Amino acid sequence: MTEIIPAEGIFGLLWVLIALPAAGAVILLFGGRRTNSWGPYLGVLTVVGSAVLGVLMLLAMMDQPAEERTVIQNVYDWVFVGSFQASFALQLDQLSMVFVLLITIVGALIHIYSLGYMSHDPDRRKFFGYLNLFVAAMLILVLANNYLLLYVGWEGVGLASYLLIGFWQQKPTAAAAAKKAFIINRVGDVGLSLAIMLIFVTFGSITFQDVFGQASEASEGTLTAIGLLLLLAAAGKSAQFPLQAWLLDAMEGPTPVSALIHAATMVTAGVYLIARSNAIYDAAAWAATAVVVVGLITIFMGAIIGSAKDDIKKSLAGSTMSQIGYMVFAAGLGPIGYVFAIFHLLTHGVFKAGLFLGAGSVMHGMNDNVNMRRYGALKGVMVITFITFMAGYLAIIGIPPFSGFWSKDEIIHAAFERNWVIGAAAILAAGITGFYMTRMIAMTFFGKKRWEDDAHPHESPAVMTIPLIILAIGSTFLGMALLFWGNIEEWLEPVVGYESVPTPLPTFFYIVVTLVVVIIGAIIGWVMYARKDVPVEAPRGNALTRAARQDLYGDAVNDLLVVEPTYRTAQALTTFDTKAVDGFVNWTATFVGDLARRLRRSQSGFARSYALSMVGGALIVALALILVRL
Amino acid sequence: MNPANYVLLSALLFSIGAIGVLVRRNAIIVFMSVELMLNAANLAFVAFARMNGNLDGQVVAFFVMVVAAAEVVVGLAIIVTIFRTRRSASIDEPNLLKY
Repeated sequence: MTEIIPAEGIFGLLWVLIALPAAGAVILLFGGRRTNSWGPYLGVLTVVGSAVLGVLMLLAMMDQPAEERTVIQNVYDWVFVGSFQASFALQLDQLSMVFVLLITIVGALIHIYSLGYMSHDPDRRKFFGYLNLFVAAMLILVLANNYLLLYVGWEGVGLASYLLIGFWQQKPTAAAAAKKAFIINRVGDVGLSLAIMLIFVTFGSITFQDVFGQASEASEGTLTAIGLLLLLAAAGKSAQFPLQAWLLDAMEGPTPVSALIHAATMVTAGVYLIARSNAIYDAAAWAATAVVVVGLITIFMGAIIGSAKDDIKKSLAGSTMSQIGYMVFAAGLGPIGYVFAIFHLLTHGVFKAGLFLGAGSVMHGMNDNVNMRRYGALKGVMVITFITFMAGYLAIIGIPPFSGFWSKDEIIHAAFERNWVIGAAAILAAGITGFYMTRMIAMTFFGKKRWEDDAHPHESPAVMTIPLIILAIGSTFLGMALLFWGNIEEWLEPVVGYESVPTPLPTFFYIVVTLVVVIIGAIIGWVMYARKDVPVEAPRGNALTRAARQDLYGDAVNDLLVVEPTYRTAQALTTFDTKAVDGFVNWTATFVGDLARRLRRSQSGFARSYALSMVGGALIVALALILVRL
Repeated sequence: MNPANYVLLSALLFSIGAIGVLVRRNAIIVFMSVELMLNAANLAFVAFARMNGNLDGQVVAFFVMVVAAAEVVVGLAIIVTIFRTRRSASIDEPNLLKY
């Protein structure tokens, strides 16, 4: 158990990390039109400020010995009801530290890029307000020291994601996509709230140190239930099977949003949740196996969908699903995998943000057309975008020395430490990654021009290309830097644990096999999409392609299993309500009304008829009395 | 004399009064019939007081007389007002307050 030290010095400013973007969001969203001119710049500044603070904290943390790196700051007492206690307390340890840096630095780059990308949008002040809200919520999520506060951040990023997917709400597809993301996320959120309740009932506390300290004392059945509920939550947020359907539609949002929220940070919150709850999964083998299975299914689903989509953003979204599948998969492997799940999360956050921003840069030059069949031969026109995209490409397919190679290779190696079948599956998926990413660059940057007549592609302005260049540098060197200079295993080991099991064959062998498979995938992609001409209209394709274009029927399954039964039940209940419930109530009202219409005739206005009824009544009473007496 | 005869007389007077209220149209006659019913009740009270050998019924009879006097004041005032506006003392004519 690591020592917990109160926040002092630079760490006393922990709350400022969240307060800066939160203040930016408040000013931009409540400031109204007055902030239109300078608002976006303020939005960028707050996140840059958080990023600078984050780097200073990293430097301060590196000065501490490894066991004294967990800092806790109690901002205020939040919920104190009987034995239920939850503070608004922030915890900065090695795991949150890397997340803070990923969120603030990649976030800052994407904010800067958005200055260019959204320069013509009339609502860009609102856009930056939402982005700041997202950064603040995401920081709460990773800095929380109890599950309830984590839940606040969890819901906050969900809200920001909803608002940003539906940013162009005048488009019905965007509005529908936002609702879809929100509703599917609700399913996962139910899992998280149930997990929190179960954790409180089991451990009597919801702070991380209490829960993880006692995790081994709880029964395995309870821990498995908690683990599965947390997995449901992670599946919702991280678009893992079976709650994956929202991520592809989420690409309706502006491209910087796809880069920041739906590639680099928010969708990885599920991986964070699993890695953070490592003590629970270590004691619940079944739950951990479920995590591996979900991850493995999603790796392949995402890769297959990514291979068939012609929409560049949706293809990247499929790839994101697949890569997060790798992280979840690694996290399910236990202490041999947590470190590499986070490692891959960091490198992926950087290179996928770069790829998305590159795609945004291409779209920016092509009149917002996303159809890759209408691209082609852009490498000469957009040189900077092309080079940075290639850095991301080499990183994601895992060519040494680019950063994805190191992290993905470690995951595959960890998989072989556990079981050679899942290791082989991971290698196969890496080959598919090589295929679809090669298809993407071949269709976009190589081949012949297939542009639409009014397209005049041009390189994007410097405010967009500079973030691209920085992210490309990250895609190239981050893996090596974290592994060799940052010692990521040692850095994260106190928080998530780390162990290494010897594999039957030398490490070198797995690296070579993986590389060979990836290169074969890439060659197939190159032959199919760069050597041959790409038709402007998509060919019919084989059954798998057609299924993948339909997101592997994810929507159809949801419709069949959830939407349709719900709709029918609602319809039946409506019919019951209008016919039976309303019918009875209306019949009663009609009956009383009819009766009253007849009875009021007796109010004739003649005093003598009233007198007669009185006499009659008195007689009846008298007779009744006499009868009773007798 | 058997006190039951007084009760019978009272019932007879009451019935005459009730029929008078029901069948006559002139408000003054109806009013007199009401008085007849009240006094029939008084007679019954006094007769019962005599039969039971206490004064309770007599006391109630006095109360009835007071109430009847008050009722006459209000009732006659109403009848006079109606007569002034309608030039008629028929109780069937003021029948506007109805369904």
